[in-house]
Amino acid sequence: MKLIFEKSVKGRGMQYLPDCDVEEISLPDCLKREEAPKLPEISETDLSRHYTELIKRVHGVNCGFYPLGSCTMKYNPRIDEEMAALPGFTGVHPLAPDYATEGCKEVLDTAKTLLTEITGMDDMTFQPAAGAHGEFTGVLLIKQYHDARNDKKRTKIIVPDSAHGTNPATAAMCGYTVVNIPSAPNGCVDLDALKSALGDDTAGLMLTNPNTVGIFDENILEITRLVHEAGGLCYYDGANLNAVMGVVRPGDMGFDCIHLNLHKTFATPHGGGGPGSGAVGCKAHLAPYLPKSKLMTGKDAFQVRSFAGNFLVVVKALTYILTLGKEGIPEAAKNAVLNANYLMRKIQGTFEPAFDRICMHEFVLDLSAFKKETGVSALDVAKSLIDNGMHPPTMYFPLIVHEALMLEPTETESRETLDWAAEVYRNLYKLAHEDPDYMHASPHKAQIARPDEVKAARNPILKYQA
Amino acid sequence: MNFPKDLKYAASHEWVKIENGIATVGISDFAQDALGDVVYVSLPNVGDKVKAGISFGDVESVKAVSDLLAPVSGVVLEVNEELTDAPENLNSDPYGAWIIKVEAIEEEGDLMDAEAYEAHCAEEE
Amino acid sequence: MASFIPSTREEQLEMLKAIGLEKFEDLYKDVPGEMLLKDGQLNLPEGKSEMEVSEIVRKMAEKNVLFKTCLRGAGAYDHYIPSIVKYIPAKEEFLTAYTPYQAEMSQGILQSIFEYQTDICLLTGMDVSNASVYDGASAAAEAAAMARDRNRRVTLVSACAHPDAVNTIRTYSYGTNDEMIVIPEKDGKTDIEALKGLLNSSVASVYVQQPNFYGLFEDAEAIAFLAHEAGAMMILGVNPIALGVMKTPRDMGADIAVGEAQPLGMPLSYGGPYLGFMATTSKYMRKLPGRIVGQTEDANGERAFVLSLQAREQHIRREKASSNICSNQALCALTAGLYLSAMGPEGLKKAAVNSMSKAHYLAGELCKIPGVRMLYSGEYFHEFVTTLPNAEKVLSALEANGILGGLPVEGGVLWCATEKVSKAELDRAAAIVKEAVSA
Repeated sequence: MKLIFEKSVKGRGMQYLPDCDVEEISLPDCLKREEAPKLPEISETDLSRHYTELIKRVHGVNCGFYPLGSCTMKYNPRIDEEMAALPGFTGVHPLAPDYATEGCKEVLDTAKTLLTEITGMDDMTFQPAAGAHGEFTGVLLIKQYHDARNDKKRTKIIVPDSAHGTNPATAAMCGYTVVNIPSAPNGCVDLDALKSALGDDTAGLMLTNPNTVGIFDENILEITRLVHEAGGLCYYDGANLNAVMGVVRPGDMGFDCIHLNLHKTFATPHGGGGPGSGAVGCKAHLAPYLPKSKLMTGKDAFQVRSFAGNFLVVVKALTYILTLGKEGIPEAAKNAVLNANYLMRKIQGTFEPAFDRICMHEFVLDLSAFKKETGVSALDVAKSLIDNGMHPPTMYFPLIVHEALMLEPTETESRETLDWAAEVYRNLYKLAHEDPDYMHASPHKAQIARPDEVKAARNPILKYQA
Repeated sequence: MNFPKDLKYAASHEWVKIENGIATVGISDFAQDALGDVVYVSLPNVGDKVKAGISFGDVESVKAVSDLLAPVSGVVLEVNEELTDAPENLNSDPYGAWIIKVEAIEEEGDLMDAEAYEAHCAEEE
Repeated sequence: MASFIPSTREEQLEMLKAIGLEKFEDLYKDVPGEMLLKDGQLNLPEGKSEMEVSEIVRKMAEKNVLFKTCLRGAGAYDHYIPSIVKYIPAKEEFLTAYTPYQAEMSQGILQSIFEYQTDICLLTGMDVSNASVYDGASAAAEAAAMARDRNRRVTLVSACAHPDAVNTIRTYSYGTNDEMIVIPEKDGKTDIEALKGLLNSSVASVYVQQPNFYGLFEDAEAIAFLAHEAGAMMILGVNPIALGVMKTPRDMGADIAVGEAQPLGMPLSYGGPYLGFMATTSKYMRKLPGRIVGQTEDANGERAFVLSLQAREQHIRREKASSNICSNQALCALTAGLYLSAMGPEGLKKAAVNSMSKAHYLAGELCKIPGVRMLYSGEYFHEFVTTLPNAEKVLSALEANGILGGLPVEGGVLWCATEKVSKAELDRAAAIVKEAVSA
């Protein structure tokens, strides 16, 4: 389809603004732009149709199954959108006087009360705008804590090799040296490796639990105890909280701080990549270091962006939590786990799970033997899934499993959907043995065939040029 | 897989040829094959000091990035600017497409001859 | 009450049975028993129906006081949003998609980002834009990090930049153990003489906001010249509406242009979601953090869009990546792109000219009031600072009349006007101020 710029016709366009009713001021020449930006000139009809055309080339959770591991693509309730669109929220200036923003504060306070209860934390900030942003904020809490105690020797953050790529990148952004520790054969923390990595230079440990292969680390209390004994703090990457919310709390596992992905666990939409909210919770000993907006609070403080964060996303998450309540929250977690196990077992016998045991909310298939046998890769399978109208799982992650496909069906999928998905996987397994070439060339029925990523990277075209 | 006899190799898969006090450095056939299609090479500046075993740049493929470790210590005399526009030369002609030339060589890192390097690669595979 | 779980209780039990288990507890046998929450132990309210929840949340919204007229900016601007700009991003497909990892089923999102990147390049005069970052303040901080290299680590930041941006840069610098130094303010602008004294071979970049926090235009070109002379990069934070009429950051000598794109179609929303934009020249393309969409061809030779240049990013570089960012504000970027297409070059210019003209008119009217005068001299865009006797009382009087007045700052009040405010409203505001100042 055409780009919006290719639909532009000089002189077209809409008048959304009235003429100026005061004397027009223009900039002095030294500040004036030389020529107007060549933005599209387009009628509203064409504009509306352009986006409708784009929509046909988008796959959202509302379009179909989206079992993207680690991303918790659950259904995003419409009511959450309606609440976030209330003019009583959207019309509030972040620097309006306190009495005029009591409703916003109630949203934030209520969300904080509920989410600290769910996570077992004492305090929380909603300033971080995404999970990675939350990680950064959380590890900075750890850094400030050590600095406030003048404990300057702690320069290392321990990260298991199964971690999300953001964990080591975050530690580096916080000035720490990353110590990667290998996982045990079952994907969990290798206690001996942890013990030998710990020392008086340990600032902390970053951990996801359940971990990135979908297994709850049964040694978790021992792990956090060891880190604390060495004087370090424990950071919980909340990406996988959907497996355990309302069932077990990171605070009770011994973690000192945590980030949540409200856009995963608490059902706010991902918006094609954002906006999300990476709320950060912490125990009382880290609370003094939580970020604040200088302009909103008048206090000089650490802060990771402007104002109070992605406020409307918090409205959506709050609406969701109030709806589910004390029974619904654990029920969602349990059904997320049930659905994952059900789908894993239904697929098993063809594609094999990397770990043949009860999984949490997601599981990893190991296609390395399958690839040796058929020549068909995890990528080929993923692309073939597209032809079947479902979004592929996360590919080639975690790094500790070769030819990995990671599936997270979430609790909002029905048994029929899971049965259908399993059948598609089983059929593809068969197809790979019969006609591997067809799978190498997939997708065949998608918006585009496989794109040439090498060409994109070698000769970058990053904007439209007439 | 090609392992020219007249070159020396680092365990990190750079090759080096030292002639008249100047070291020419590139990446091996094995390295380019493992990386896949190279899409970008990040080069140092002429005059930069490089140190044996320490990164002087990196090569990117679509889904990976790999540090380039200097096989010798010295000063960068020349960089192969052609690679900026044609990084694919590293794939098509790994021993022709040199990356940097180093002068004022102070020390060599741990280098292998072709035979030892070939064995090293076989082990990695 | 609703948990959005399709399966019935009966189906759930059947599914448990199908995987060889009897009860839900069996799924959690890896969890140490003493940690498991007991039934009812979780201290949350009971779940509620949609109707009840809707009532509760609506009541919260109603506790906020809305002002019909907004004369406050300071980083969040109340511009007119065309109806189509509100409507399209609310469509479920755009809302519920993830980051476009699978290009073959995400061309719509990818193209919208590619169009947004083009828009940002058009506005800023730069060669390359990323797919957006969290907000203007974090964009400034990411730019400061991007500008550092092995030898140059220090960031000089204008005291006249948005305080939240200054603090965010400081926080990011604290993270990497780097130094951030504030360039002092003089008469409401960056003190250029002081800047000269701060520049040296350890300075990586200079960050200046244009127009600055007080609405004033900086001599950005002179600052860029000094920065470059000292071998440092110039980062300019700009207001995207101003770019409808203002010289591009590229032409003012910036190496990196950043800013808060909230004015491009996003409501105030108590501070977020907003949108950080970030663009640079070809020279620094591979140092730019964040997602970037590129154009290529598919196996059939058709135009296709993909997430590109990924070797810069954290999932490949891990601890060597300069940023951990792995998302963008895609829906906000789509909104901004849509806004710019709807407005077009003429509409954007009109928004800029009208905002600026109304601010100047308001300044003129306010300065007719005894005791009220401009705190700083110099060219300004749509914000300005005046002295204001009895400021607290005056602002209350305005609020009582449905007008959110300027923001109290040191030495006075920072006012803002956008195209949304009519002359009649400005006159009414000035009249209220006049009465309250002397009362």
